Parts: sequence; structure tokens; C-alpha cells
Amino acid sequence: MIRELHEKLINKETTSVKLTEEYFATIEKKDKDIFAYLTLTKDLAMEQAARVDEKIKNGEEINLLEGIPGAVKDVLCTKGVRTTAGSKILDNYIAPYDATAVAKLKEAGAVILGKTNCDEFAMGSSTENSAYGPTKNPHDLSRVPGGSSGGSAAAVAAGEAVWALGTDTGGSIRQPAHFCGVVGLKTTYGRVSRSGLMAMASSFDSVGTFAKTVEDAAIVLSAISGRDKYDATSGDSFDKRFEDYLTGDVKDMKIGVVQEYFANLELGMKKKMEEVVERYKKMGAEIIDIELPYAKYALPAYYVIQPCEVSSNLARFDGIKYGMRADDENRSELGKLGSLGLEGLPRTLLEAYLDTREYFLGSEPKRRIMLGTYALSSGYYDAYYLRAQKVRALIKKDFEKAFKNVDMVLMPTAPTPAFKLGEKTDDPLEMYLSDIFTITANIIGAPAISVPCGTLETDGKDLPVGFQLLGKWFDEENMLRAADAYEKSNLKI
Amino acid sequence: MLSKDEVKHIAALARVGLSEVDIEKFQKDLSGILDFVEQLKEVDVDGVEPAAHITGLTNRTREDRAENFENKEGIVKLFPEEKDGYDKVKSVL
Repeated sequence: MIRELHEKLINKETTSVKLTEEYFATIEKKDKDIFAYLTLTKDLAMEQAARVDEKIKNGEEINLLEGIPGAVKDVLCTKGVRTTAGSKILDNYIAPYDATAVAKLKEAGAVILGKTNCDEFAMGSSTENSAYGPTKNPHDLSRVPGGSSGGSAAAVAAGEAVWALGTDTGGSIRQPAHFCGVVGLKTTYGRVSRSGLMAMASSFDSVGTFAKTVEDAAIVLSAISGRDKYDATSGDSFDKRFEDYLTGDVKDMKIGVVQEYFANLELGMKKKMEEVVERYKKMGAEIIDIELPYAKYALPAYYVIQPCEVSSNLARFDGIKYGMRADDENRSELGKLGSLGLEGLPRTLLEAYLDTREYFLGSEPKRRIMLGTYALSSGYYDAYYLRAQKVRALIKKDFEKAFKNVDMVLMPTAPTPAFKLGEKTDDPLEMYLSDIFTITANIIGAPAISVPCGTLETDGKDLPVGFQLLGKWFDEENMLRAADAYEKSNLKI
Repeated sequence: MLSKDEVKHIAALARVGLSEVDIEKFQKDLSGILDFVEQLKEVDVDGVEPAAHITGLTNRTREDRAENFENKEGIVKLFPEEKDGYDKVKSVL
């Protein structure tokens, strides 16, 4: 899609300003119902678009992404623009700098339409944890778009953006992509700089993208990847143009499958996955059964390590340096907690901490902060955190072994199509289980992509579903090639 | 099941104020999740080196040099309470 729009721009069939206006018109029309956007950045977008048009007018060459409008998840700082992470505690936060991924997009000339809704601090699987209200699935407004990057997924699905940045800590790009029928790319840990991303769980967080096609996702990845001096964990990309690897050929590829992942699926989903496997076989890829004995512990390991990192990362939201502050001493809960080790600490400061965090953080961040605080507290560290990190090492070994025989692993993205709003909000554990197939890639830091593979009829509606490819570390190119080949074969049928 | 006092203790450590209703809710939620992660105890982790950096990156150093941040004003504007360009904090004594 990006390539076609690019052709139109350079052939002067349209202008970036016109294109951007068209997208804002679609947003105006649809977003009252969908609520994909928290903030629109109209001035910024029109200014960026005009600059691209000027270049075209002057006969200057433009790159593929230049002048193409998209959106950014509201956990990525955008200079001079409100950036809330879906939380009330950052309701008044105007980012003083650009996240590196955003800065790189601006440099590449991409047009930024606005900031998209998400679960508070990216904690959730449905966007129902956003303090500003849930995003709806464009395919069925009574259903969730998935989460936490639900706003970005819905924006692309509804034609309210060509591309959209998301972040994926436990499946937050791939699961909403699957629910909304779009491509969702989670990058290798370190492929894209995390600078300017509101940190949720730092050893898992990765920035990635949504798009209508695999090639579009590759084009965005080329723009945002690379080593960054502001993120010591970022890796080199050596100016790779990921879109140049999409040959449509998978004849040399070995794709691993785990039979028990398919066996436990509901019939409709299972059939879909079998069709995908068959398609890859027909295209000439070799399908190989593999075993990942420790992978079943990915979800419990994640729900120890991730809350620990959350409890540390979210300590910064305390009403002291930025964000909202509650200063209502009359309503303080200090009295209730005062007998528990807080005696003798400065009362006014403590009250500001306790009240600010009570009033402006939602239930899910509180739950995870407390879980992490408990797991890291004296006497529990070895039993929870340390043990989980050891299990994590064992899961990684599983994959290292598997990758000796296969190039990537094919899995479901999620067990079901999109669920209904409110269906899982009462039971946090039930919500966590919707990430069962996506969390593994985060546990081992590998890249993974969700690719649409048709629809499943559910309650009389055709709901989109996808499948997932999980690639080797820093081998997005082969994973994207396989994903793109499937998509191209889809068009032929 | 975590006791109410345990929940309050965790909340105090985490500096999160909680209402009575919250305390009961989190008692239930946290216990449920802790039960779920119990299954990690089935795994034999004897002699296993815990994961540190997941893609195996080792320490990356750079020169310790200060850089000028071009938007100091943008940071100062975010202070909940500002005085003469400084962030005013609550009394710590």
C-alpha cells in the first residue's frame, strides 16, 4: 500500500497534503465510534505533509515512507504533544522530546496524524484498561480490538492510518493485529531503540509496527530500526532495507511447528492453522515438527518477571517531577497504612506519594506494581524472580535448540478471534491467558509477526484471525520474507 | 491467600494508597496470580544460570560526557510545583 501511495505522490496524482486531509476526514467520520485516537496532531501533520509536497514540487527525490500518514501509540513520546500512556497520572504530560522511533519517522518524512489509545502503560490485552475509555474493534463495535496497542491496530484496520507504531511486551502488537485483521510486527529485543518509550517491563518492551501488508511493515521497520546512543540495549541494523528481502520465495525455508499448540485449539482455529501449514508446504517450505518442552512455562515466568520490572519502572510516577499530583491530605490513606513500617517517615511527602498513586493509577498498574513489589520483597526474591529468570533461560535454550533445525516457528497468534467488551474484565488471570501464544517471543526476545489468514464465523459475524511466525534473533528479514510470501500466495487464490 | 495485612504491607512498600474495597479486591487478585505462577516450582532449575540480557548483548560503554538538552523549558514546565526554575518538592524532614 505504501509503495502505491508513493508512486501516486511522485507521479503527482495526489499530494501528501491531500492524502493527509483524506485520512483526517476518515478519522472524523469513524473515530467517534472506534475511538482509536487519544490526540490528533493536525498542525504537525499538515506541516510535515506540506514539506514533502514542496520537495516533490522542486523535483527532489523522496523515500518510500515520505509523506505517508500514520499514527503513534501514546506510550511513545512525541515532542510538544500530550503523551499519556493511557493513564490519568500523565493526563497533563507534554513530552519534552521525541522517542527515537518517532524522531526517526520524522526524519524519514512520515506524516504523524496522532497518538493512539492503549491500555494504561501498555498493561492489558483489550484497551479496556485505558483510563480514557476502550477502543472498539472496527469489524464489530461490540468487541475489543485487542491490546495493549488496540488503538494503533484499529486505526490501521479502519483506514484511519496507513501504518501505526505499537509496542509489544507480551503480545501487545500481535494479538490486536490478529483481532483487527492487520499485520502486526514485533521486533527483536533491541532492534528498535526504546528511548522515549514509557518503560513498562524493560527486558521485554519492544517497538514495532502495524500495517495492512507485510511490505508496509517492513518499510516502517527500515525507518525505525538501528543502534541508538540513548538505548544501550539497541543493536546494529547496518542500514538494512527490510522491504528488499521480500522475494516471495520460501523454497529454502524450514518452518517448525509444535503439534500440541494446534491440538488444543478450537476446531475453527485449528482448521485455519492447518490451512496455513498446507499453504507453506505447497509453496515449497519444509515443515518440521519441533518440541519446546519448557515453553509452557512462558506465561507464569512472564507474570513474575514482568510485574517485578513494572514495580520498579512505575516508581517514577510519584507526582514529584511531572504528571499529576494529588495533594489532598484529608483523604489520605496514610492512617490505614501507617502502622506498617512507614512510621517516622516525612508525613507530607508520604501522603503526596500515596494519594497521587492511589488516585491517578488504574487497577491494572496497581495490581502489577504490588505483585512485583511482593515478588521482589525480602525473603521472596529467590522463590519468584530468580526462579523465573532461570526458567526463562531454559525456555531460551529450547528455542536455541529448535533453531538449529528450523528457520522460524509457526504458531497461532491467539486462541480465539476478538472477544466482547467486558467479557474478561472481571478476571485478570483470564485476560492474561489471551496472551498465551504471544508471550514466548517476549520471554526469549525474538522477533515475531502476526499475519491475517482469513475470518472465522463467530456469533453470526465473520471475525478476522491471524497466524504467527516467530523468527531467529535479529533475523526479521527471513521472517518477513516468509510472511510476505504467504500474503502474496493469498492474493493469487 | 494473602492476608489483608500483607496486602497493606505491600501497598506501603510500593507507596500506593488503597481503599478498604481495593484491599479486598487485591487480596483476591494477587492471590489468584500467585497461585497461577506456583507451577514454576515444578521446574528443576538446579544449576541453571538465570537469564540476564536476553539477546546476549554484553556491556556497552561510551564516554561519560555531558550533553546539552535543548528543551530545558519543556521539562521545567512539567514540574507540579516550580520555584525559580527549580522543582519544588514536599518537605523531607
